Amino acid sequence: MEDPKILTENVVDVPLRNVHKHDVIIIGAGLAGLWAAIKCKSSGLDTACMTKLSMPQRSHSTAAQGGIAASLGSLEEDHWEWHMFDTVKGSDFLADQDAAEILVKDAITVVREYEHMGAPFSRTPDGLIAQRKFGGHVKDFGRGGPVLRACYAADRTGHVLLHTLWQKAMELGVRFYTEMFAVSLITDGPKCAGVVTWDTKNGGLHAFKAKGTLIATGGYGRAWKITATSYSYTADGQYMALRAGVPLEDMEFFQFHPTGLFDRGILMTEGCRGEGGYLVNDLGERFMKDYAPAKMELAPRDIVSRAITSEIEAGRGIKGGPYINLDIRHLGAEIINTRLPQIREISIKFAGVDPIQEPIPIVPTAHYSMGGIPTDIDGRVLFDGKSQIFSGLYAAGECACVSVHGANRLGCNSTLDASVFGRRCGIAIVKDFPNLEHLPLEEDSAKMASEEIGFILNQKGSIKPEEIRNELQTGMQNYVAVFREEKGLSKMVSVIGDMYNKMSQMYISDKTLCYNTTLMEAMELRHLIAAAEAVTYGALNRTESRGAQARRDFPKRDDENWLKHTLYFRDKSGFRFDYKDVNLSRFVPEERKY
Amino acid sequence: MGNLYKLTIFRYDPESNKTSTSKYEVEVTESHWTLLDVFRYIKNNLDDTLTFRYSCGQGICGSCAVTVNGRSILACETQMKFLDSFDLVIEPLRGFPVIRDLVVDHSLLDEKVRAVMPWLVCKKDPESDKERFQSVENRAKLDGLYECIVCGSCIAACPTFWKNKTFLGPQSLLYACRFMLDSRDEGKNERFETLADKDGIYGCHTIFNCMEVCPKELNPGKAILELRKMFMNEES
Repeated sequence: MEDPKILTENVVDVPLRNVHKHDVIIIGAGLAGLWAAIKCKSSGLDTACMTKLSMPQRSHSTAAQGGIAASLGSLEEDHWEWHMFDTVKGSDFLADQDAAEILVKDAITVVREYEHMGAPFSRTPDGLIAQRKFGGHVKDFGRGGPVLRACYAADRTGHVLLHTLWQKAMELGVRFYTEMFAVSLITDGPKCAGVVTWDTKNGGLHAFKAKGTLIATGGYGRAWKITATSYSYTADGQYMALRAGVPLEDMEFFQFHPTGLFDRGILMTEGCRGEGGYLVNDLGERFMKDYAPAKMELAPRDIVSRAITSEIEAGRGIKGGPYINLDIRHLGAEIINTRLPQIREISIKFAGVDPIQEPIPIVPTAHYSMGGIPTDIDGRVLFDGKSQIFSGLYAAGECACVSVHGANRLGCNSTLDASVFGRRCGIAIVKDFPNLEHLPLEEDSAKMASEEIGFILNQKGSIKPEEIRNELQTGMQNYVAVFREEKGLSKMVSVIGDMYNKMSQMYISDKTLCYNTTLMEAMELRHLIAAAEAVTYGALNRTESRGAQARRDFPKRDDENWLKHTLYFRDKSGFRFDYKDVNLSRFVPEERKY
Repeated sequence: MGNLYKLTIFRYDPESNKTSTSKYEVEVTESHWTLLDVFRYIKNNLDDTLTFRYSCGQGICGSCAVTVNGRSILACETQMKFLDSFDLVIEPLRGFPVIRDLVVDHSLLDEKVRAVMPWLVCKKDPESDKERFQSVENRAKLDGLYECIVCGSCIAACPTFWKNKTFLGPQSLLYACRFMLDSRDEGKNERFETLADKDGIYGCHTIFNCMEVCPKELNPGKAILELRKMFMNEES
């Protein structure tokens, strides 16, 4: 940090002192944010990228393990049309097909650009980028067997992609602001002037003015008890967008990854199954034969998660317990050590299980938000969720909804989505730049942010944030997880009401502003509750089963009434829904079987 | 019945600029609890002012390195049952400026790594419609080098760095080696201008504390020796 002045006054009454001006401000330094930063900076724009974490390399993108999908055809025939069909079928036909087409076509360029920047992909015997099988990725428009499409670097693909982008951004001289927590957007109707942030390290409130502002803040898996995501995955960007009047799209579709390490839920990559691993119940059966006989363990994630949950509910969990086994022993030590070394390390460290010797205990784990901030195919935020551009505001990555994943995302399409649309977003900002302007800051530009902080600092109640966080995570885990029904969802609605009441009696004793992680976590908790509310109401509202939204009381997909996207608007007076049509440019919806 | 752990934790309050220690007793009943779980238990139940950094909770983001009984570890991936004592003295990572309690200022890691040009140097742009070839053998040379999560444990354990703050340190030299051994890289000469120096590869006293403490079991000391060998071959 070169220029922040340290503010020690009570932030609630503090006028803005620290005003920064850049051409472009990027909030979040994962794959999406860094791609955009690289594209903007290399076109000569004054580009700044902020993260609430202590380094860009801490971003949750680093947790991606298995790969990034692209129909390179390194080892066998593959086509972007096949990849597109799989993506659309995987989405249970809710993906916008114009966007899905872009995703799979750009995939090839993006993966090659990663290689050109220096990403250390694993290699084929011919020296090409290595590719492995992944769930739902198959040959010949769904008619053939699994295809080698997931480009990987052992089981550390996210790590190498993230570090490669950070290295490139550093080479180009992107300005980074670390431990800078974005609190509220500065907007004037559907126009964005920048963002107000809290400098958690030094304690001041800052305003960043920019012609282009990109939200690339990731997801919110921490709304559930069992999750594969970072503690810092807390819907910060979605919350800012909601408060600026932007709806959230398709929030009821939240992916549970089938294989989280029991009982925390740490990711055990789908690559384990891609390399040939089995899922086994207490009877020793590969039970996927009963759920997806053709694709078995390599069926898409929503289907495998439901199968595992059903087995556990039927009492066929291991020793009757709430988990089943992922068995990779038959792959042998060499494959495990070269292609899945991190899986082995995490299993040993967190579960005391060496997968060379023993099966890994696993349980479905909260993983990925298909829904998010609605954007066009270049990351421009849509103020009404449909067609009205929010001038100067962009979103990309997990926090955004283009929508390429529809009701269920395929494995290796998330690193791809973040990369393709982060990159496109950067290109779009450069293109839009001549027509964007710096908007003036107003007297009250920071009011929303200081109220947000003051709301928590000034409470005089006695309820600890942890109590509310537990209530949230337990409720979401029990009522809004793999299977849903009206009774449970209604219960969650009352839990949410209760949490809102408790929030106004929440007390934290730490009142300082310098590195106050208690304050930060309390703010994050509010963001999580807002996201959980959108998921819950969306799930209750959508009376059908599609992809990750599995309603026990409405078990069938209902194209007649629900082949449409949900738009969830929220303001002080309450919430409302709107809808928009799905783009069906190429493939007609059909029954989804694997 | 669980195990009772007694923790003595270093505290620093930036607003009063005072240091102190706090003592906490925590009974751990869950056998898989990690040190981060214990920190969070203290923060959520006993003392919400205790400050520490963490993010991924799975040993891959590098945020939570702290010093426990003199040795740096990642709090999130260390289960309590694997610690060799019930009395734990916990301090921030050594050699870094402290921001608050167990949180240190990492920015020197950034400065040091930037100095070694940690990006692929190419004299001309690769063909846009294909990847460059790299043999399996050449790619294997990067194993043990590319996995660094920048937690800072190695530099905190490095005696050369304790004495000489301008030493580039094990982490950035490991990073340098990752690019120097990459068959696609063409920046060897430029990097050696920085590396072949007493603050670079010749600053290391081959004590291998870095290897001892690396939570990812990497070996920066070996990478430094590799760079020396490479430099000698260049020279001769």
